[in-house]
Amino acid sequence: MKGRLTITALVAFLLFFAGYAALFIAPDERTMHEIQRVFYVHLPLWAAMYSALVVAFISNIGWLATRKPMWDWLAVSAVEVGVVCCTGGLITGVLWGRPAWGIWWTWDARLTTAFILWLLYISYLLLRGLLEDPQRRATLSAVFGIFAFLDAPLVYAANRLWRTQHPAPVIFGDANSGLDPTMGKVLVACIAAMLAVMVLVLVDRYRLERLRYEVDELRLAADARAADSNSATARSPR
Amino acid sequence: MKNFQFLFEAWMAVWAVFLVYEFSVARRVARLRDEIDHLKQQLGDG
Repeated sequence: MKGRLTITALVAFLLFFAGYAALFIAPDERTMHEIQRVFYVHLPLWAAMYSALVVAFISNIGWLATRKPMWDWLAVSAVEVGVVCCTGGLITGVLWGRPAWGIWWTWDARLTTAFILWLLYISYLLLRGLLEDPQRRATLSAVFGIFAFLDAPLVYAANRLWRTQHPAPVIFGDANSGLDPTMGKVLVACIAAMLAVMVLVLVDRYRLERLRYEVDELRLAADARAADSNSATARSPR
Repeated sequence: MKNFQFLFEAWMAVWAVFLVYEFSVARRVARLRDEIDHLKQQLGDG
């Protein structure tokens, strides 16, 4: 408990520092001015989402290869946290798009593939809710999760492969791309803070899934106990 | 500072999403812990 509190305090400090740096240390961008500072939360959200979805993808393969329940718990936890980050990324994108482009949304390749990714992982979570049998649920959702992940590299590559309303990448882009060194350092701090938040939330969500498994086990034991006592009552002489 | 409102809304929206989610996880954990206590008690009584 003490360790957990220390880690939470450290993450809170990192978040505070990153937020301060994004608002007050990063230089003003020449064309967009203050609204460009959404970048310091928008891009880290996508970085956190990709990290969560990579964890989910590995966990889905892990479940199919080993059938150990921990892989299924980790997969569903990472998908849920990934969906939260994706939702945040879409909302910040919309709120940045309105003042920067004059429109809330457009169906260009980057935005459309990102929206499809969000829908795919929402479907993953809905699919799990429809399946009762834990083994079947884990297997089908692992297969669906691997399929859904195919869209993730497409989202990343969309504004590299096609002309989009979404700006060209400033990181790992072409020869003309790049960031001011101070902006780059602030961005690294913001990505680190967002990844730390994502990991904290993921650990909590994983704990929830483990508890759910414990409840299922106890329910089975209680049902078996009830069945035993019923059959003993039926066998006893009247 | 004409776009400050959008900047503020974007940052607030992100933390609202995370807080609502974390709150929902905490509530579900609390409910499961209650259920575990109840089931353990039931098995202990049996």
